Amino acid sequence: MAESSTPTSSAGKSGPAPILFDREENLTADTFLRGLWKENPVFVTMLGMCPTLAVTNSAINALGMGLSTTFVLVVSGALISLLRNWIPKQVRIASYIVIIATFVTIVDYLIQAVSLELYAALGAFIQLIVVNCIILGRAEAYASKQRLVPTLVNSLGTGLGFTLALLSLGTVREILGNGSILGIPLFGSDFQGWLVMILPPGGFFVLGAWMMLFNWLRLRKERRTAASSGVTAHAG
Amino acid sequence: MPAESLPTIFLNAALVNNFVLAMFLGICPFLGVSSKKDTAFNMGLATLFVMLVSSAAAYGIDLLLTALDLEFLRLICYIAVIASAVQLVEMFIKKYSPALFRSLGIFLPLITTNCAVLGLALFQTAKEYDFVQSLVYALGAGGGFMLALMLMAGLREKLELARVPSVSQGAAMSLMLAGLLSLAFMGFAGLGGSHG
Repeated sequence: MAESSTPTSSAGKSGPAPILFDREENLTADTFLRGLWKENPVFVTMLGMCPTLAVTNSAINALGMGLSTTFVLVVSGALISLLRNWIPKQVRIASYIVIIATFVTIVDYLIQAVSLELYAALGAFIQLIVVNCIILGRAEAYASKQRLVPTLVNSLGTGLGFTLALLSLGTVREILGNGSILGIPLFGSDFQGWLVMILPPGGFFVLGAWMMLFNWLRLRKERRTAASSGVTAHAG
Repeated sequence: MPAESLPTIFLNAALVNNFVLAMFLGICPFLGVSSKKDTAFNMGLATLFVMLVSSAAAYGIDLLLTALDLEFLRLICYIAVIASAVQLVEMFIKKYSPALFRSLGIFLPLITTNCAVLGLALFQTAKEYDFVQSLVYALGAGGGFMLALMLMAGLREKLELARVPSVSQGAAMSLMLAGLLSLAFMGFAGLGGSHG
């Protein structure tokens, strides 16, 4: 693991380590918006791909998965942030995993109690939230270094960004594959669903199509800035 | 105990319900370590080994937890076992093949967060497989993972030489390829008997 390669420092001693003030960031709108859009976990950093593809065959599943993940992200982020000076550096990954697994177990039992239907639809993927790289990634890169409030805001932003990405896949797949949105039929009874979209390959295709769209937008923006800078260069 | 025969379990896990292409488990290494065939092979082998170890351990833990009436601790115990198994493999590879250790890079410790491994442990518990069935299931899942990784790596090596439109470069193209592979694997449906 990563910690085996880091040189043993004073952080291995028991008791609180010195607080690193210089690495803490202040609470800004960017704290929230970064996770939502600029560093969107699915479309930009490509984390948490497994649930993204597996449970987005309908919008309601996507929403359930997104909100469960957001909950785990926020609560585990908060706890890790509070404990950040007490967790020894060498066992931090293991500690984070245990904290995350605890909250996932809670969510697992909660969903089972609230909606058995959703529980059956999401299946093992609720328990697999434990190994969602987004949560461990946020814990390691953000919650372990920042104060409570920015962590809460940042985790919420990332969670909602994840939910947004899941919904953008879930709605497209449900509309194409089932002709409905959130279970409400859109096209009338003679609509023939595009079956492959709700089957596994559809997940890859729809996500690939979204990626292409974002690539296209990015390329167009780059061309425009290049063109406009070229014009100013000529003018000057 | 389900009356599934061992070959059925193996085929089901490896082809019909391929962990990567039909159940979407282990997508991160699938997209991350599939650019070269030999790296893909070694990654597949390491994952297969971790799967076998954690499957055997998960079976024992499940027996213990069920006996003690502590099923709610299952998830935490499984992930701890998997993390230890990964650590073991990591030490082994570091000692015997430092070059391989470097080429796998960050993806080696990340086997811990490979959902295929935890998924395997959870599914074998849900399906109530006995010890031998669990091991065969792990073998099938690991073999299927390796197969998907190798196929993807082969396709991507060819893709290096192809001219793809600039909009679909990078991740988008890999996802489209994975979609086509997944479509091909749907052809195996019905081969392994009952679905699930």
